[in-house]
Amino acid sequence: MIALLARDLKLSVRAGGGALIGVLFFMTVVAVIPFGVGPDLNLLARIGPAILWIGALLASLLGLDRLFQAEREDGSLDLLLMQETPLVLTVFVKCIAHWLATGLPLVIAAPLLGLFMNMDETAIAATTLTLLAGTPAITFIGAAGAAIAVALPRGGLLVSILVLPLAIPVLIFGVSAVYAAIQEPAPFLPPFLILVALNLLFAVIGPVAAAAALRLSSD
Amino acid sequence: MSEPSLAIRKFSDLANPTRFLALVAIVWPWLAGLTLCLFAVGLYLAFTTVGDYQQGETVRIMYVHVPAAWLAMMCYTVMALSALGTLVWRHPLADVSAKAAAPIGACFTLVALITGSLWGKPMWGTWWVWDARLTSVFVLFLMYLGMIALNRAMDDPTRAAKVSAVLILVGFVNIPIIKFSVEWWNTLHQPASVIRLDGPTISAEFLRPLLVMAIAFTLLFFTLHILAMRNEILRRRIAVLRRHAARAAGREGDAA
Amino acid sequence: MRLVAEGLSATRGEDLIFQDISFEIAGGEALVVKGPNGSGKSTLLRVLAGLLPAESGTAKLLAAPHPVERLGEACHYLGHRNAMKRELTVDENLAFWKDFFGDFPGDAGVDVDEAVESVGLGGIAHLPFGYLSAGQQRRMAMAKLLVAWRPVWILDEPTAALDVAAETMFAGLVMAHLGRGGIAIAATHQPLGLDGVKELRMTGFAGVAETVW
Repeated sequence: MIALLARDLKLSVRAGGGALIGVLFFMTVVAVIPFGVGPDLNLLARIGPAILWIGALLASLLGLDRLFQAEREDGSLDLLLMQETPLVLTVFVKCIAHWLATGLPLVIAAPLLGLFMNMDETAIAATTLTLLAGTPAITFIGAAGAAIAVALPRGGLLVSILVLPLAIPVLIFGVSAVYAAIQEPAPFLPPFLILVALNLLFAVIGPVAAAAALRLSSD
Repeated sequence: MSEPSLAIRKFSDLANPTRFLALVAIVWPWLAGLTLCLFAVGLYLAFTTVGDYQQGETVRIMYVHVPAAWLAMMCYTVMALSALGTLVWRHPLADVSAKAAAPIGACFTLVALITGSLWGKPMWGTWWVWDARLTSVFVLFLMYLGMIALNRAMDDPTRAAKVSAVLILVGFVNIPIIKFSVEWWNTLHQPASVIRLDGPTISAEFLRPLLVMAIAFTLLFFTLHILAMRNEILRRRIAVLRRHAARAAGREGDAA
Repeated sequence: MRLVAEGLSATRGEDLIFQDISFEIAGGEALVVKGPNGSGKSTLLRVLAGLLPAESGTAKLLAAPHPVERLGEACHYLGHRNAMKRELTVDENLAFWKDFFGDFPGDAGVDVDEAVESVGLGGIAHLPFGYLSAGQQRRMAMAKLLVAWRPVWILDEPTAALDVAAETMFAGLVMAHLGRGGIAIAATHQPLGLDGVKELRMTGFAGVAETVW
C-alpha cells in the first residue's frame, strides 16, 4: 500500500505537474474575484473565507476525473481490480495520494491568498484549518463520482455535476466554521467538529461506493 | 455459483417482465381512473374551502406544492429501493424502475420548485428565497438531473443501471446530511421567517383537501411510473429484436 | 493443482459471446485459446481473471497450495495494454508491481533486475518507460509476470507486437513457468512455439443472449 501511495505521488509530481495545476487554478479563481466584485477591501475581507472555500472546492474537483481514468487507459486498473487488497483499501490509498498531491497544496496556498483578500489573522488561520479538515472529504466523495464516470469518454464535467451537490454540506460547515471563528457570538467548535465528522463519514462512503462502481463498470 | 444463479432465475420468473406487462395492462386503467376521481374531488375541495385570511387565495397553491414536494422525496426513495434491487438481487425490473423514476421525480421536483416560487412572490415579495426547504429541494433537483445525465451518457443499459444504482445510494445516504446542513446554514444566515405549514398550526379545513390531493398525486406517480416502466421494457424488447435482425442478416451474408 | 472451468458463458451488452465452455488444466500445462477475431478469446480470459462476471458456470483453482476464493487472486493477467506508467522508470514500475502484488503462497518471484535480464533488456531499466520502443515496452510488461509469483498466467495476445526472437524468448519464459508447476492460458493468433499444449478453439458469436425482456 505504501508502494501505491509512493507511486501515485511520484506520478503526480512527474506527469507535467498535475499537482501544481490545481493550485494554479485556485489562485486564478481567487485572483479573478476582485475584478468581479470590485477592490473594496472591507467587502473582500467579509467574503474572503467563502471565496477561498469555493475556489478550493472547484480546484479539488478539477483533477478528480483522472483519478481512475488514467489507470484504466493503460490497463493498470485491471490489475488493481484483480488484487484482493481489498479494493476499498486500494481506492482509499489512491484518494489519500490524490489529496496529498492536489488538496494539501491548496491548504498551503490558502494563507497567501487570504492576505490578498484582506482577511485578518484569525480568519486566515480558521480558513486554513477548515480547508485542512474539509478538502479530504471532497476528495473522498469525489472518488465515488470519478469511479462512476470512469468509463465515460468525457467524464470530467459529469464528475463535477454529480459531486458538487454531494459536497454542499462540506462547503456549508467549512464556511460557517470560519465565520463562527471571526464573528463573536457563534461558537467555532460545533461546525468544525461536524466538518471533521463529515470527513470521516465520506472517508467510508466514498471508497466503498467507488470500489463498487469500479467493479460494476469493468468491461 | 450455480445455486444462486438458479435462485435468481426463479426469482426472475416470479416477476418477469412479461408477467409484469400483463399486470400493468390490467392495473393501469383502474389506477388512472382512480387518480382522475381523486383529483376531481381534491381540486373541488381545494377550490371550495375558504381562503386563509392572511394569505388569501394564494394558499391554494399549497394543494399542489406540498404533494409535489412530498413526491419529490418519495420518488427518490423508490429509486433507492430499486437501486438496492439492482445491486443486491440483480433484478432487471429494478433497473427499469430506477431508470423510469428519475425523469418523473425530476418533473415533480420542478413542479414543487415552480409552485414554491409562485407562492413565494406574494408571500415574500420575491420569486426566490434561499429558504432551507426550497434550497434542499433545489439540490435534490440538481441530483435528479445529474442522474438523468449519467444515464444518458452510457450506452450499455445494464452497466448504466448498475453504476447509477451506486450513485443513487450514495445520494440517498447524503440527502439527510444535505438537508441538515442546509437547515444549519439557513438558521445561521436568516432567522426563520417562513410561515410554518406543518405541525399543529394547520387547521382541519386545509388538511382534508391536502390529504386528498396528496393521495391523488401519489397515485398519479404510480400510474406514470408503471407506464414509464412499460415503455422502457418495450424499448428494450425492440432493441433486442433489432439486434436479432442485425445478427440474422450478418449470418445470411456469411452463408452467401 | 488444477484449474477447472465448467459451463462458462458470458455476455457483452446483449450479445452472448460464448457459452458452455469447459476445460481442465493441471499444473505444468498450458492452454492455447484459438479462434478468429471477435470470437470471444479476450472475453473468456477476462472472465477467468474475474474482470467480467460470468453469465453462468464457474472457474476454480483446485488443490492449490493456498485456497483462493476468487480465481483472479492466483492469476497474472497480461492484457493488450501494458499497465505500466510512461512517466516512471522501468525500475520504479516493476518495483511497484512487485510490492503491490506480493507473492502467492507456494513460490516466490525474482527481483526486478533479474526479471529485466530474463526478458533480455538488462541495462535500460533506469529509463522512463515512455522512452522505450513498443517491442521493448511489451517485453518489460512481460517482466512484470516474473517479479511476483502467481501460479496462473492469463495472456491475451502476448506476442502481438514482437519479432521472432522475442517470441522465442517469451516461449522460454512460459516453459520455465510451466516447469515450476504453473499454468498458462494464452489467447493468440500466432503459434507460440510451445510444445505439448492443449488447445481450445472458439467459434465466435454464440447468438443473442436470451434476455428476460
